[in-house]
Amino acid sequence: MMLDAPPAPDADLDHRPAQDGAACLAIIDGDVHPAPGALADLKPYMSARWWEHLTTYGTRRRHGMSFEPYPKSAPRACRRDAWPEGGGAPGSNLDLIRSQYLDHYGIAFGILGPLGITGQSEINLDFAAALASAVNDWQREVFTRREPRLRSAIVVPYEDGAASAKEIDRCAPDPAYAQVFMLTRSAEPAGNRRYWPIYEAAERNGLPVALHVFGASGHPYTGTGWPSYYVEEGAGHSTSCQTVVTSLVIEGVFERFPKLKVVIVEGGFAWLAPLSWRLDKLYERMRGEVPHLKRRPSEYIREHIWVTTQPMEEPEDRRHVLDMMAWIGWDRLLFASDYPHWDFDDPFRAFPAGLATDRTQQILTTNAKAVYRLP
Amino acid sequence: MSDDWTGAIDCDFHPRAPTPRDLSRYMDEHWRDAVETRGIDAWDSIAYPANAPLTIRPDWREAGADEDPVAAAKVTLDRFGFAHAICNCLFPVQAFRDENLGAAFARAVNDWLAAEWLAKDARLRGSVVLPIQSTERAVDEIERRAGDPRFVQVLMLAFGEHPLGKSRYWPIYAAAERHSFTVGIHAGSSYHHAVTGSGWPTYYLEDYAAQSQGFHTQLGSLIAEGVFVKFPRLKVVLIESGVTWLPPYLWRLAKFWRGVRNEVPWIDRSPEAFVRDHVRLTAQPFDAPSGAEHIGRLMDQLQSDTMLLFATDFPHWQYDGDAMLPPGVSPALRRKILIDNPLATYPRLERSP
Repeated sequence: MMLDAPPAPDADLDHRPAQDGAACLAIIDGDVHPAPGALADLKPYMSARWWEHLTTYGTRRRHGMSFEPYPKSAPRACRRDAWPEGGGAPGSNLDLIRSQYLDHYGIAFGILGPLGITGQSEINLDFAAALASAVNDWQREVFTRREPRLRSAIVVPYEDGAASAKEIDRCAPDPAYAQVFMLTRSAEPAGNRRYWPIYEAAERNGLPVALHVFGASGHPYTGTGWPSYYVEEGAGHSTSCQTVVTSLVIEGVFERFPKLKVVIVEGGFAWLAPLSWRLDKLYERMRGEVPHLKRRPSEYIREHIWVTTQPMEEPEDRRHVLDMMAWIGWDRLLFASDYPHWDFDDPFRAFPAGLATDRTQQILTTNAKAVYRLP
Repeated sequence: MSDDWTGAIDCDFHPRAPTPRDLSRYMDEHWRDAVETRGIDAWDSIAYPANAPLTIRPDWREAGADEDPVAAAKVTLDRFGFAHAICNCLFPVQAFRDENLGAAFARAVNDWLAAEWLAKDARLRGSVVLPIQSTERAVDEIERRAGDPRFVQVLMLAFGEHPLGKSRYWPIYAAAERHSFTVGIHAGSSYHHAVTGSGWPTYYLEDYAAQSQGFHTQLGSLIAEGVFVKFPRLKVVLIESGVTWLPPYLWRLAKFWRGVRNEVPWIDRSPEAFVRDHVRLTAQPFDAPSGAEHIGRLMDQLQSDTMLLFATDFPHWQYDGDAMLPPGVSPALRRKILIDNPLATYPRLERSP
């Protein structure tokens, strides 16, 4: 496989604020995290019954902690400069999101991915559904209605397939929503039948399903117990992404839902190539176990799976990441910034030197248009 | 010579796992009685189903090639002129919840291996199966085998109760370093947890595919917890891992470490540096697309010609015919993978009889 020759160095490409309008790429960002300024921001979107429940009993997640089981490296794992001066959490102040991020980088569309108190990983499924609905209404009203560059995600209480499908059907008629949103650490691998109503509803409504890293499954984060450190958790996200891809493919989800589009978010991407090779090889040996599959695993992956680029892969030799991009497929990669988190990728600095301009454009813009529901 | 395997050292070779009754002959009276009175007549994990295609290559299955040392040698050591093969017994000692049973069976497995395989072919070497349920008993087992030069490695599985870098396991590494044992981590699970962090996958194919995730975790744990800082002579071999997952994982680990290194201040070098100094991988299976050109580019990602160790993974069905190495390996690299790298990784090999 031949790589493109590196283009001539372009000093202007380095951190260029997007002021020259049409000359700039219309960047589409697959991972932007909104946050409520305070919990009470969700209250208007909740019934008295569930608001009372939230403020009395709190959330009960499948890992036993009210927030995350690993202390982060920075408050809320956010950029220090993303805290609004007037108070509130990073990702909650629309003016700051505009000036620091949307306008500064010339973002055409940022696809929201709400984390935190969203009902996902919640043990009580009725409560999970109520929280997810609240977050979906809140995103739409607070962000997309006021700033159409920010597109909402349909957060689903994914451990309850029927309730999730209902929520997708409720939200999908509104064009504010660009995607369905799940987390990679589900109680069972993501291809399991209990989640099929979600994929069916997403396909029916023409929406891609994003699976973002994190989530609490009720199992240790790895198949060999809990690691000690945040650095291990962070590096290990790619393993939960591998479980997702393996399960979706091997369970036959893409045979069942042939128009389904899946985006894996914030796990990096280079792991996808070795996983495809591994699955193809095992399929060759053991296709008798999975006769519901009609094609090699890599073919389903190549047709149905996209990966976001953040946090960008940074090997010592940049050719190695270019090789991986070529193996995965240039049309499979979607830019994501992860704003406002600390490991934010700058669209003008994150890509490896030597990436051809047309490839960059594909990743920043073109590919995303084929995936997300955008105006 | 691309078809010359003379002198190669096979770093992953599997005798057929014994039955509990085979092993009870090597136990004292208490445990021999326990096996009988408690009816422990089978103790098989779901890791390598006896009739699954991956478990034994069809031609070897037909020949009963993993049953005894003579049959095994006929299709491996004798046929190709290997110098040694390191026997990794996969009897699932690790699956016992009772550490006493675990220790009794581990000891019996190692005695059985010594008597029924190592004693019968002077080219065979062994790995010490550890009762990982108890660090203290695992160290006892290392001490018990330290005087037998035929044992060159201590053996653990990719999935256990806890990530292997945790300090609860450090006495094992201290004992291994003290006696120049290499630490082998082989694909497999105690199944004390679900195989993935998202629970149990439906299919065997998924379970096997997920084995590489265990290696991700163990490598991250060994590095982050500072095992290689504490034990600077330790060598760890990741056995039957698939290989090509490693560079992408290291890129993630190194990048994340650069961002949050204040959390693990004892890590004074990039994870990549620890791996080059301390970690080796057996070269079978090698997850890659077909074509020598791809293999060359993947080898380049390892950024070292000392990382890979020759292995057949006999009798698992990882390759057909004699394609024991991926295509496109240069003669110089081939020599290192077959002979030089294993010798540099297993100091006890040089001392063995």
